[in-house]
Amino acid sequence: MPEAVIRADNLVKAYTAKGKPDFLAVDGLSFEVAPGESFGLLGPNGAGKSTTMKMIGAVSTRTSGDLSILGLDPDRYGPEIRSRLGVVPQQDNLDGELNARENLYIYGRYFGLPGKVCAAKADELLAFAQLEDKANNKVDQLSGGMKRRLTIARGLINDPRILLLDEPTTGLDPQARHVLWDRLFRLKERGTTLVLTTHYMDEAEQLCDRLIVVDKGRIMAEGSPASLIREHSSREVLEVRFGSDRNAAAAAQLQGIGDRIEVLPDRILVYAHDGEAALERVTASGLHPMTSLVRRSSLEDVFLRLTGRSLIE
Amino acid sequence: MSDTAQSAQPSLDELRAEAMEWGRKPRRFGSWYVTEHMIRAMRAYGWTIVVGALGQPVLYLLGLAAGLAALIQAPILDRGVEVDYLTFVAPALLVTAALSVASEEMTYPVMAGFKWRRYFYGFNASALSSPQIAHGVIIGATARMAFAVAAYYLFIWLLGALGIGWTTVPNPETGWLAVPAGILAGIAFGIPLMAYAGSIEDDKGQFALVQRFVFMPMFLFSGTFYPLDTLPGWLQWIGWISPLWHGAELGRLATYGAVVPPVMIAVHLAYLVVLSGLGYLWGRRIFVERLAK
Repeated sequence: MPEAVIRADNLVKAYTAKGKPDFLAVDGLSFEVAPGESFGLLGPNGAGKSTTMKMIGAVSTRTSGDLSILGLDPDRYGPEIRSRLGVVPQQDNLDGELNARENLYIYGRYFGLPGKVCAAKADELLAFAQLEDKANNKVDQLSGGMKRRLTIARGLINDPRILLLDEPTTGLDPQARHVLWDRLFRLKERGTTLVLTTHYMDEAEQLCDRLIVVDKGRIMAEGSPASLIREHSSREVLEVRFGSDRNAAAAAQLQGIGDRIEVLPDRILVYAHDGEAALERVTASGLHPMTSLVRRSSLEDVFLRLTGRSLIE
Repeated sequence: MSDTAQSAQPSLDELRAEAMEWGRKPRRFGSWYVTEHMIRAMRAYGWTIVVGALGQPVLYLLGLAAGLAALIQAPILDRGVEVDYLTFVAPALLVTAALSVASEEMTYPVMAGFKWRRYFYGFNASALSSPQIAHGVIIGATARMAFAVAAYYLFIWLLGALGIGWTTVPNPETGWLAVPAGILAGIAFGIPLMAYAGSIEDDKGQFALVQRFVFMPMFLFSGTFYPLDTLPGWLQWIGWISPLWHGAELGRLATYGAVVPPVMIAVHLAYLVVLSGLGYLWGRRIFVERLAK
C-alpha cells in the first residue's frame, strides 16, 4: 500500500462570530487518500464538504488537528502544495475579460511555467475540454457546461498530482455531466488522484472508488459505494405513492413488508431484498398505490438511513 | 499530457520533493505573475487607458489655458515666486491624473476579483499567495499610473518647448521628478483605497460615493487651482490630509522651484510613504483574511 497523499487526522475548522458560539463547520474528520485513488465527500449542503476541500486545497487554515498534503503541512507549505494541485471550485472564477485560451495561458503562468509551455498546454487542454473552436471567445460568451469544462481544463494546466473538484457538475444538464464524467475518467486512468464533493449519489457511484458520507462536519460512514450500500441498505427499494395525505396511513399497513420502511412526504420507501416480491405483498394486502417503482439501492438510501434526511433538500 | 502520465505512482518523498521544487518560482516571482494578469486584463479596455492618458491633459490644460488662464492674466504669487497660472496648476493636474488612475484600478478590479468575477480565488487556489495578489494589483495599477503621469509630463513639457507662449515646466532639469512624485501620491491614495475595496462585501455604490465625496473634494480643496493658504483655515485641513496636495507640492518644487522648505519636503514625502505603508498593511490583512475564508 503506497503512502497516503492526503492524510487528515481529527481535522477541525471552527468559525467564530461575535456573540455566537463557535460554529464547527468541520468537526474532527479523519481520512486518508491513496495516490491514484478517486475519493469522494458526500453530504448535503452545509455538511462541511467545501470547507474540508479548502483546507485540503491549502487556502483555508485548520483550527486544529493534523493535515498533510503530499507529505507537507499546508500551514507552512501552501504555495508548494498548491503548485501540485488542480482545483475546480464550486463557483467558476474564470476571468471573463479574457478569452478561453488566455484564461488557460495566464493560469499556467501562476505556476511559473514559461510562456511557451503555457501556450502549448493551453492548446492541448482546449482539445481535452472540447473547446478548440471557442479558444478565442470571451469566457462570458460560453455556456455553463463549457465554462465548467474550461475550469477543469484550467485545473490541469500544471499536470497536478491531485485534482480537487467541488461539486463539479452542479447546475449542468445531463449531457454536459456525462461529458465531464468522461473527462474525469480519463484523468483517473492516467493516475491523477481525484478528490470530489458532490450531493449527487449517481455521480459519487460513477466516479468514486471510496467515499466518506459527511453530515454536520462529521463522518457518518466510509467505504466504497457498493460496500456502503451493502452495509447500510437492502439490495432493492420499492417506492410507492398513495397521495401525500394518505402516505402515512398506508405506511402503518405496510409494516412487516421488507426489512425497513421509510416514509417521505411524497412517497414511501420499502427496503427489501426483492422489490417485486415486496410489491406483490403490498397489493395482496389490499393496498393499491397510485404509482410504484422497484429500483436498486443507492447512496441516497444510505444517506437517508444514516442521517434520516435526504441529500438534496 | 501523455508525456507526464504516470502509471507507476511516485513515492511520497518524491512527491514532496517535486512540490518543493515547483513552489520555488511562484514564491519568488508570484507578485509579477499577478501583475502580468492585471496588465493583460487592462488590454480589454486598453484604448480607454491610452485615450484617457493622452486626452485628459490635452482637455484640461487647453481648457484652462484658453479659459481660466486667459481670465487670470496676472501671475500667481506662490510664496514669493511669480508663476503663470498654467505653470501653477500643471503639476497638480499631473498628480490628479495618477490619483484618477488609482481610483479606477484599485477599486473595480478589486471588487471584481473578490466578488463579481471572483478571480482572486482562482489566483489563490494556484501556487500564488494572497499577499502576492495584493502586490500584483498594486504593481499593475502603478504601471498604468506611470504611463498616465509620464504622458502628462511629456505633454506639459512639450507645451512649453513648442514656444507658443505657454510656460508649463520652467525647470525641465528637475521637472521630470514630478513624475515619481505623482506616482507616489497615486499609490498613497490608491493602496488604502484598494484595502477599502477589498473590505466591501456588498456593492452598494460605495465607489461612486468615494468619487463624489473623497476624490472631488480632494481635487477642489487641495490647492490644485490656487495656493492652499488662499482657503480659510477651517478648510485647509482637507489639503493637509490629501495625498494630492502633498504630491502637488513636490511637483511644483520640481517643475518651477516652488519655495518648499526642506522640512516640508520631508513631511510631504514621509506623509505619502506612511499612507502607502499603512494602506499596504491594512490591504494585506484584508486580502489574507478574505481569501482564507
